[in-house]
Amino acid sequence: MTKLMEWVLAAGALGAIWLALLTNTVENSLVKDHFKLLLLSPIIFVVLFGLFSLALVLYRVFTFNNCDEAAVELQKEILEAKEDLKRLGFKFKE
Amino acid sequence: MSSSSSNKYSILLPTYNEVQNLPIIIWLLVKHMNESGHPYEIIIIDDGSPDGTLEAAEQLQKIYGSDKILLRPREKKLGLGTAYIHGIKHATGNFIIIMDADLSHHPKFISEFIEKQKTGDYDVVTGTRYVGTGGVHGWDFKRKLVSRGANLLTQILLRPGVSDLTGSFRLYKKDVLETLIKSCVSKGYVFQMEMIIRAREKNYTIGEVPITFVDRVYGESKLGGSEIVQFALALLYMFATT
Repeated sequence: MTKLMEWVLAAGALGAIWLALLTNTVENSLVKDHFKLLLLSPIIFVVLFGLFSLALVLYRVFTFNNCDEAAVELQKEILEAKEDLKRLGFKFKE
Repeated sequence: MSSSSSNKYSILLPTYNEVQNLPIIIWLLVKHMNESGHPYEIIIIDDGSPDGTLEAAEQLQKIYGSDKILLRPREKKLGLGTAYIHGIKHATGNFIIIMDADLSHHPKFISEFIEKQKTGDYDVVTGTRYVGTGGVHGWDFKRKLVSRGANLLTQILLRPGVSDLTGSFRLYKKDVLETLIKSCVSKGYVFQMEMIIRAREKNYTIGEVPITFVDRVYGESKLGGSEIVQFALALLYMFATT
């Protein structure tokens, strides 16, 4: 099954439950008391998920390792490599 | 340990205009591979670089020997997938390591890839910039934001079980790499993502090793609108077909 089909099936199942509750196919006093919340729940869910994702991405951006030591080490190794290669007879292109 | 000593690692190095980087990366590869003691060969696949990369490669072959450095040039730029196929044809190792020649991937991590591969007999070991001690040098806020955002979106949509999909520093079993290349349709930058998604689809085992990525020391690194569009299309394609 493709990822697209998984999403369609999951969305369809959740949508069916939501519609059943909304149209009162399943008799439930809780639904009557919180009808507006239930009606808006898909939007609320999407917005919350979006906010959570945004926070996660920003957190990961700010904690992204900069690898400054790796860059410094590489610069040293480049100089070392050039010296050694010249010694071995390598001719660098200017 | 007769089984491990019979392993050989073929390092594929596709190049295009890397005359400045090539001698350095070869020097580093030789240094670290000799230190690790694993049998290896380096296969340079130059796609007709006009800057003299091939001449530099020939000099390096003279210095280090034609058993260590193999030259398999092609006439012109023909894409990464075909470069790997071209290189594999001449590879004598049972493991293939692919990496960039622009010094963003450091050869010191190869021995970690090899050790990781042995711990779980993994079919693929991939370097990851997003986990543990991994990271990137030389990226600004915007670049990091795009990278992290694209990564999270991919994780949500594809659930690949791998943290770094677009990285191109990897170790493959030779036959696994051949099979994967044949099943990939993408070109260019998104090719690496399709490779790892196909690997997951075919139930190959994948190990990860944190790597530091130092963005191009010489030359230009690019992330333009066209790369983002390419990525988005590839993501949707993978989403709908795998």
